[in-house]
Amino acid sequence: MAATARVGVVTFPGSLDDRDAARAVKAAGAEPVALWHGDATLHGVDAVVLPGGFSYGDYLRAGAIARFSPVVAEVVAAAATGLPVLGICNGFQVLCEAGLLPGALIRNAGLHFVCRDQRLRVECATTRWTSHYSAGEEVVIPVKHGEGRYVADAATIDELEREARVVFRYAGGNPNGALNDIAGIRNAAGNVVGLMPHPEHAIDRLTGPSVDGLAMFASVIDALVAA
Amino acid sequence: MSGSTVDTVEHAAATPDQSQPFAELGLKDDEYARIREILGRRPTDSELAMYSVMWSEHCSYKSSKVHLRQFAENPPASDAMLVGMGENAGVVDVGDGLAVTFKVESHNHPSYVEPYQGAATGVGGIVRDILTMGARPIAVMDSLRFGDADAPDTKRLVTGVVSGVGGYGNCLGLPNIGGEVGFDPTYAGNPLVNALCVGVLPHERLQLAQAKGAGNQVVLLGALTGRDGIGGVSVLASATFEAEGESKRPSVQVGDPFTEKILIECCLELFDAGLVTGIQDLGGAGLSCATSETASHGDGGMHVDLDKVPLREASMSPLEVLTSESQERMLAIVEPANVAAVLDRCNRWGVVATVIGEVTDTGRLVVDWHGETVVDVPPGSLADDGPVYHRPLARPDAAQDALMADSSARLPRPATGDELRETLLALVASPELCSRRWVTEQYDRYVLGGTVLAMPHDSGVVRLGDETSRGIALSLDGNGRFAKLDPYAGAQLALSEAFRNVACAGARPLAVSDCLNFGSPEDPSVMWQFAEATRGLAEACRALGTPVTGGNVSFYNQTGATAINPTPVIGVLGVVADVAKRVPSGFVASGQHIVLLGETADELDGSAWAWVTHRHLGGRPPVVRLDAERALAELLIDAATLTLISTAHDLSEGGLGQALVEACLVNGVGATVAVDGDGFVGLFSESTARAVVVTSDLEALVDLAAAHGVPAAAIGETGGSSLTVDGEFSVELDELRARWEGTLPALFG
Repeated sequence: MAATARVGVVTFPGSLDDRDAARAVKAAGAEPVALWHGDATLHGVDAVVLPGGFSYGDYLRAGAIARFSPVVAEVVAAAATGLPVLGICNGFQVLCEAGLLPGALIRNAGLHFVCRDQRLRVECATTRWTSHYSAGEEVVIPVKHGEGRYVADAATIDELEREARVVFRYAGGNPNGALNDIAGIRNAAGNVVGLMPHPEHAIDRLTGPSVDGLAMFASVIDALVAA
Repeated sequence: MSGSTVDTVEHAAATPDQSQPFAELGLKDDEYARIREILGRRPTDSELAMYSVMWSEHCSYKSSKVHLRQFAENPPASDAMLVGMGENAGVVDVGDGLAVTFKVESHNHPSYVEPYQGAATGVGGIVRDILTMGARPIAVMDSLRFGDADAPDTKRLVTGVVSGVGGYGNCLGLPNIGGEVGFDPTYAGNPLVNALCVGVLPHERLQLAQAKGAGNQVVLLGALTGRDGIGGVSVLASATFEAEGESKRPSVQVGDPFTEKILIECCLELFDAGLVTGIQDLGGAGLSCATSETASHGDGGMHVDLDKVPLREASMSPLEVLTSESQERMLAIVEPANVAAVLDRCNRWGVVATVIGEVTDTGRLVVDWHGETVVDVPPGSLADDGPVYHRPLARPDAAQDALMADSSARLPRPATGDELRETLLALVASPELCSRRWVTEQYDRYVLGGTVLAMPHDSGVVRLGDETSRGIALSLDGNGRFAKLDPYAGAQLALSEAFRNVACAGARPLAVSDCLNFGSPEDPSVMWQFAEATRGLAEACRALGTPVTGGNVSFYNQTGATAINPTPVIGVLGVVADVAKRVPSGFVASGQHIVLLGETADELDGSAWAWVTHRHLGGRPPVVRLDAERALAELLIDAATLTLISTAHDLSEGGLGQALVEACLVNGVGATVAVDGDGFVGLFSESTARAVVVTSDLEALVDLAAAHGVPAAAIGETGGSSLTVDGEFSVELDELRARWEGTLPALFG
């Protein structure tokens, strides 16, 4: 493990929070590495963040085109070997489309785009991305999305609940009608996490409602140093 | 018209007597005669279409020009201006080698016809204006006005416009940091959708809309050209609406924010690499405007092979290609040696880029279509030498005098504590003053990571980069009721409010952008309103030291004979040296002193109280106090710099009562205050040059206020779970919040 962890941040055409994700990676003490959607290489990074936005415009279905990009093929392959991968908002949608996480994100129940400071309960603090939290802890992290309502078939929801793969749950009101108030989930191995809220917007009291998001990036750096 | 064959210059010269539909295109007899005189022949169909759009009210400012001159000819002393009026947007120096450009523009008529796309493309258009200056857009704001909130068509317009503003801005990745929403029956058939964008650039990246250097290539970037928005500026923006909105829908453009997003990233790369020598966005009047303006402001000539323009529909005629208002397009001027590099960078971003012509020194704009010349004109005749009207103006004495004589003093006023309480709750819950959260929650305020303050604070504040503590503050304000009572004062009051809001955040106001929304300029009483408003604004800008950097005029905001309330919407830009010292508008802690700054008089004509509780509009608006505004601003800036205040909230619509409610509800911190004298006047008067601030060092603040000559009165303390007015009434914050936040969701879902 190198002295400084290198965390890749993918830019698709239409990515919007890529700079914010890179800023958060840097604030947590790692080196952000820009990854381009058309490049079939991860440049040897130690972890990858798929940021928020509207990849390729998302006119078909959120994340539906991005999953076919060369860089996502690399991410899928590397995730299978344990590379930590975080999908935020549109990144979560891409991970679901790419089959790294189960279920789907559909139009908010209220039909409106919703931007608000959201209370979340940390349900699983054992993933590569959440070890700096404790289970049951409440945090405040912004949500901002029009298609963030997590849905899956009953068997999948049961499995996620049974295996403690729900990572974050909305508290104090569900902004989008997600099943079981699910805000974020992980894969079975715990290296891939997707969530609708934006931890990269909660790293500085001046520009965010809290600094609760920083722990996600700090968690993965610890995991990498320990590896 | 010449049917299916293309009307060439040669054909036009040979058929001087062919009749042409100039009147249908909005040109007057004398304007058509002037075109023939300029060309020495009849115009071709394409030329006629170009003159009709370029000489439209929207593009030529033919009715407003003589009044707008005073902003440029006699500006206030300011050393902050890098680029003044006349370019796509003014550019203001904010220090540290950084400059900021900002502008507000209307998209009123398209938004009535098709609310979602009208509002969306309004945002897209103003963002391209900012990009054109070489700036990275960093935030947007919107000022919206609709008919009565419960009127039949309002829900369609509000839901469509708000999701359009949000849909475009959110997908483009620009935080929406504030704005305003208003309701009044005069806007029922004529909503106002004014959008503001602000961008930042290093001084050396400044771009100008010029086509210089004969032989340089003209490159069209971005979306394909289609039939959307053809003649939008002449059809929609420059004529009065009758009941035929449906048939005008094809004149509304359709937005594609994804294409705009990659166009922004691509253009910024081209600017940084020094690959373009001039750039212009394609907005109103499309290619007609971009080619004629860049040629006119450059070396004077351009040759365009119009058939090279990538089309969405192959069957388009040259006239349609020249006037299409398809969105998300830019025109770049590129040295021949750099063309390959430009095309390569565009390809990487997936931006379509096509060489469509070259700069010439012929003094003519020549447009060929499959080898035949369809346009051959002096570009300045399109871009700069359009008609200028001295429209007749007349104060409508009888009606205006009657309106101003009808003071609110005759209206019954609440007297007891219970009545004051009920009045406060009625105002708080009214569509005019209730929480805008239903609107602003649909806008992303976080993206880009620089938003320091956004709704519901008095100003939006954005940090200018990760490596600087410098930031800008912006506020966008207007009050059509005040302007209806007195358009001269109304414009000054709008400026005063925006100026005050920026200072409340702790920022120093630097510059102004204005969006002037009025009825038909062909009505002398509307022209009088316009002349009064511009005169008032220019004088107030001089008094406050804030130059107008640019903006937009929107005329013909009327349905039949009924004009909207004249509505100058004023954006003020300020700069904050250290964004960590910005001052929020909500109470943050208990046990601190609440201080009222400024003087309160019995000024309730045109107030929110008169309108909400009595549907009354009459009398004289509050007195404009520009010296007091300036002193208050200096005090607020000093107090912020010294970190002497934890909260500052301006007093405007709804007066002190409304300001206290808003300050309490931001963070759920209550307050107990005492109001001197008449409780009703104290709580609901809308006297200007006032603000509420909170301090833990009362003595220091009072001394500082005295040094600035600003009256300061300690009126109470923060804390508790209610808003209490000593001796009058008390309301729990939970009840206030329920009233304040329930209104818009109940109306619009």
